[in-house]
Amino acid sequence: MMTFLKSRTSLLLFLFSLFMFVPATTSHADELADKINKLAEGGFNDRQKAINELAATGDSRVVPALEALGDGLLYMQKLGNKVVIVERAGSNFKLTDPITLEALGEMPKGALEKIKVNNRLRRAVRDALGGLQLNSKKPADRMAAAEAVFQSKDPDAIPLLDAAIEKETKADVKKAMLEARAAAVLSSDLDDTAKLDAIKVIETRSGRDSRSILLGFAANAEGKLKSAAEESAGIIERSLAAWAAAQNVWYGLSLGSVLLLAAIGLAITFGVMGVINMAHGEMVMLGAYTTFVVQDVIRTSYPQLFEVSLLISIPLAFLVAGAIGVAIERGIIRWLYGRPLETLLATWGISLALQQTVRSIFGPTNQEVGTPDFMSGAFEIGQMTITYNRLYILVFALVVLAALMLVMKRTPYGLQMRAVTQNRAMAGAMGIRTDWVDALTFGLGSGIAGIAGVALSQIDNVSPNLGQSYIIDSFMVVVFGGVGNLWGTLVGAMTLGVANKFLEPYAGAVLGKIVVLVFIILFIQKKPRGMFALKGRAVEA
Amino acid sequence: MTNFIAGALGIRSYIFIAVIAAIVVVVGFLNLAVPETSSLYMSSYVVSLFGKYLCYAILALAIDLVWGFCGVLSLGHGAFFALGGYAMGMYLMRQIGTRGVYGHPELPDFMVFLNWQELPWYWYGFDMFWFAALMAVLVPGALAFAFGWFAFRSRVTGVYLSIITQAMTFALLLAFFRNDMGFGGNNGLTDFKDILGFDVQSDSTRVGLFAASGIALIAAFLLAQAIVTSKLGKILIAVRDAEARTRFLGYRVEHYKLFVWTLSAMMAGVAGALYVPQVGIINPSEFAPANSIEAVIWVAVGGRGTLVGAALGAVLVNGAKTIFTGILPEVWLFALGALFIAVTLFLPKGILGLASQIMAKRRERQATGAAPQPQEAD
Repeated sequence: MMTFLKSRTSLLLFLFSLFMFVPATTSHADELADKINKLAEGGFNDRQKAINELAATGDSRVVPALEALGDGLLYMQKLGNKVVIVERAGSNFKLTDPITLEALGEMPKGALEKIKVNNRLRRAVRDALGGLQLNSKKPADRMAAAEAVFQSKDPDAIPLLDAAIEKETKADVKKAMLEARAAAVLSSDLDDTAKLDAIKVIETRSGRDSRSILLGFAANAEGKLKSAAEESAGIIERSLAAWAAAQNVWYGLSLGSVLLLAAIGLAITFGVMGVINMAHGEMVMLGAYTTFVVQDVIRTSYPQLFEVSLLISIPLAFLVAGAIGVAIERGIIRWLYGRPLETLLATWGISLALQQTVRSIFGPTNQEVGTPDFMSGAFEIGQMTITYNRLYILVFALVVLAALMLVMKRTPYGLQMRAVTQNRAMAGAMGIRTDWVDALTFGLGSGIAGIAGVALSQIDNVSPNLGQSYIIDSFMVVVFGGVGNLWGTLVGAMTLGVANKFLEPYAGAVLGKIVVLVFIILFIQKKPRGMFALKGRAVEA
Repeated sequence: MTNFIAGALGIRSYIFIAVIAAIVVVVGFLNLAVPETSSLYMSSYVVSLFGKYLCYAILALAIDLVWGFCGVLSLGHGAFFALGGYAMGMYLMRQIGTRGVYGHPELPDFMVFLNWQELPWYWYGFDMFWFAALMAVLVPGALAFAFGWFAFRSRVTGVYLSIITQAMTFALLLAFFRNDMGFGGNNGLTDFKDILGFDVQSDSTRVGLFAASGIALIAAFLLAQAIVTSKLGKILIAVRDAEARTRFLGYRVEHYKLFVWTLSAMMAGVAGALYVPQVGIINPSEFAPANSIEAVIWVAVGGRGTLVGAALGAVLVNGAKTIFTGILPEVWLFALGALFIAVTLFLPKGILGLASQIMAKRRERQATGAAPQPQEAD
């Protein structure tokens, strides 16, 4: 009952202060100054009382003094016992009035005495600040204060919270305050019904810390309260597990979208044309470096365009990688059709040469590629955090895939391409320039790899080795999904991405990857042509 | 035609064996018998370097056996090589004994460092040389057998097989990087002291290892030669050129492939086991897919399906690598890349193929000199 009375008094004090302090009067400033000066008096116990009294004023003007006390910057002038906030300036201290925050000039160290604090007092300061900020004008401060009370579970804060909840207008802040109040109620000696309500409130809050509060409470409670708390903790536990699974799926889809971007181009060159291009990763790398160069030019010449730098980079990366792809096809690969193993070796040679070229021009170190504002930041759904750049990349990968499918299924060029890959001689007899179609197809696959590079520059290090880290994974995606089938590539990429992320918590990142690789190796034994295998005569051609 | 090739290889192989034997004797003599002050003296560093090339030549022979004669392009032979190397490295680690930094009588330094209390079961027996030597052959062999058994039975061929061999070595690379695998993680196994009681650093041991590599190369060559000239070899070539037809003729293609694939992996294991004491370290980077692909290009440069050419290619490319990376490190990758492209475009049969083409041309010219204008007859 004592606490209750005490809280009643502090509530009254608080309300009183609310009414009286709005127009700050001199007498109140004096009163406040007295209270602050009390911080310097007596031992630690007296000091704690003084802190509590300051907290009970509910006046946000005491915040600087308390913060300074917590940081060890609150001193007392030996002459006149006035408490001041100091700032170190050489051998002297710059003084500031703790209430008005006016500068009071400088003073030598010797004229001042530090107000000592221990950990107990620091905690008291923190709690007091938590309560005080509840009245701040900024919603973010009030939110943070509610969060601080939730963590400290200080029952003394209940009256402060009640008052703050009363006048709170923002729904999310109000909710946070109610939750903070519930946490405080659980550690107070209020009656069981209040506590049962509090358990329910905390249950709806969910989250890891809510669970630990409930479990901590259950450990010391008994009977109805104990079982209610444990039940609620169990509910939170289950919802946490569900959210964790959802978050894993999201990470997996995100990884899958990266794999998809890297593999779509390969699905064209390897899947459709049957050319095994070991330099595919280097096309991705060239796309990333194109982004870097575009941003570099923009930074030096047109800084206002930085926000759209990625949009400018996409077509350029497509052209750069596509042009190099066409050159490789015309110069080297066309002599090697029908000799897949030699193609593999030759394109590996190309990849070495391209890597070394980039290394010679840009240096072996990672290049800095900036992120435009619209792609930075994150938002939350429940317990899940989703970063914008990953979301955009996922959307982008799907758009690229859809565009490619349109090109292949709905344009004359796509028709010619499919005709050539199915029956070259017949297509030629129908008047299709098969060698040009080959060159364009290879260019298309390489260009898409370049576009992938633009996206990857946002989440990976842009270095000459960028492509190397994706080449094996991309081949796995194409082989797993089924060669020559874009839907297969999509499903393959997403499956591998999600599988990787789900294995990680159990097996660790590296072992998870190994397990996936072993799985694919075994899978290929079972279905040598992938999940969505082409059927019919085209297979053996 | 086949008789002609067999005959030609016959002469070639005698020359090859003689050259290897001569190199072993000359290098040993120049290192041990010639005084260090003489300009003819060959330093132990160079001996080990040459020994390394010979090990690479054995690896190239192994690749040529499966690729050149059976048409199976492995991009993962570096894995078998590295496994053999690790088996030998484990023996050498156990030989260190109390001379390690921590002076533990049984555990290698890195295990003491990781706070392990006892030796993992798979390290048992590696204190005996014969066991380690056996494992250097059996472990790669067993992996290849298991891998090949699955792959060939389900008829994974061509580039698919190449890609999954690459995935295999990549998976092993990741696995061996892990500290808790118990193979020294990132740093691998190093700081060896002695082998069979001889100091690995001493000149005579180095020459001995070099000679062992030379003998192993000759033995591997003779074995490969015996296989490819036998009836088995003919069937392998048939599998390479027309797999489906060979199967329809009643041969169990996958058995032949599995046999030669496993044997090749064992040869690669031997090469790795000889390689490690000469370079003094084995670490996971030996598993890198790039290494395996590089080994394939040695074979392509020398001449695929010629055995002698594979060994020659390994020595030539690695010699060039040593020289280039010493003088112009930036140029080496360009040169290697260009080599990949040039060999596949212009030298599909490698240096030996080119040589025999020129020989054939000359012979033809001589023939035309004797009997003019046979070309215009048709």
